[in-house]
Amino acid sequence: MVPLDWYLILSATVFMIGVFGFLTRRNIIIMFLSIELMLNAVNISLLSFSHYMQDMRGQILAFFVIAVAAAEAAIGLAIIIALFKNKATVHVDEMNEMKG
Amino acid sequence: MIQQLFFAYFSAAIILLSVLVITRRNPVHSVMWMLLLFFHLAGLYLFLGAEFIAAIQVIVYAGAILVLFLFVVLLLNLREELKTNRFITSWPVSLIICAGILLLIISSLRDFLLGPIGKYSVEYLRKETNTVALGKVLYTEFLLPFEIASLVLLVAIIGAIVLAKRRVKSH
Repeated sequence: MVPLDWYLILSATVFMIGVFGFLTRRNIIIMFLSIELMLNAVNISLLSFSHYMQDMRGQILAFFVIAVAAAEAAIGLAIIIALFKNKATVHVDEMNEMKG
Repeated sequence: MIQQLFFAYFSAAIILLSVLVITRRNPVHSVMWMLLLFFHLAGLYLFLGAEFIAAIQVIVYAGAILVLFLFVVLLLNLREELKTNRFITSWPVSLIICAGILLLIISSLRDFLLGPIGKYSVEYLRKETNTVALGKVLYTEFLLPFEIASLVLLVAIIGAIVLAKRRVKSH
């Protein structure tokens, strides 16, 4: 039997890799993939809690996380396309039109 | 023993693939590694007895979200991006902060206590099957959140079309 802590450590590691990618990359698509990575890390811990507590609610929450991730990806990629039409770049440091 | 080996392979692959996702210069390569990562995650979910979630991980994440990502990456002309720096110049600071938070989380696990055990044991799920049990909880206890999720998806569809469509000159 694999202990629950191993799953939680795996989940925390993947989450922190996602945070690191979000903080250090400036390509907006990779930043988006980092957010997906973080959402998946949360899913790992929700499902491991669900399994070890023998409760269905963890799986329901993971289900909702996947639904929200789908909505977020659709909206975010539409925003990226709209930005690319205006600026022809996906580098976030060059998107400073709203600076006073 | 075989369980530990299984978990060791999947966790090593997941961590390696997530590092590959955030370090590739070309976004197409990142998306491809992400695809492999999602299949490994689905395998881990099967190991945790969540068959339905593993299936929608493959169908929704790998089948829909990543194809959307791939479409957008291929739609944009990213030749300029390949020449720029991969990370920001102060990336070691971020690495130290992330490693510190990770150590903090791992050290707090020692004081973690599991809550009361529910009724969905492995034997119960073997009799009932995972999808039936999930559906029963989803359509009774979580009916309102389920409806709200459908509304969220509807707003996302409309918003994506409004944001990404070509502006048509009206006159």
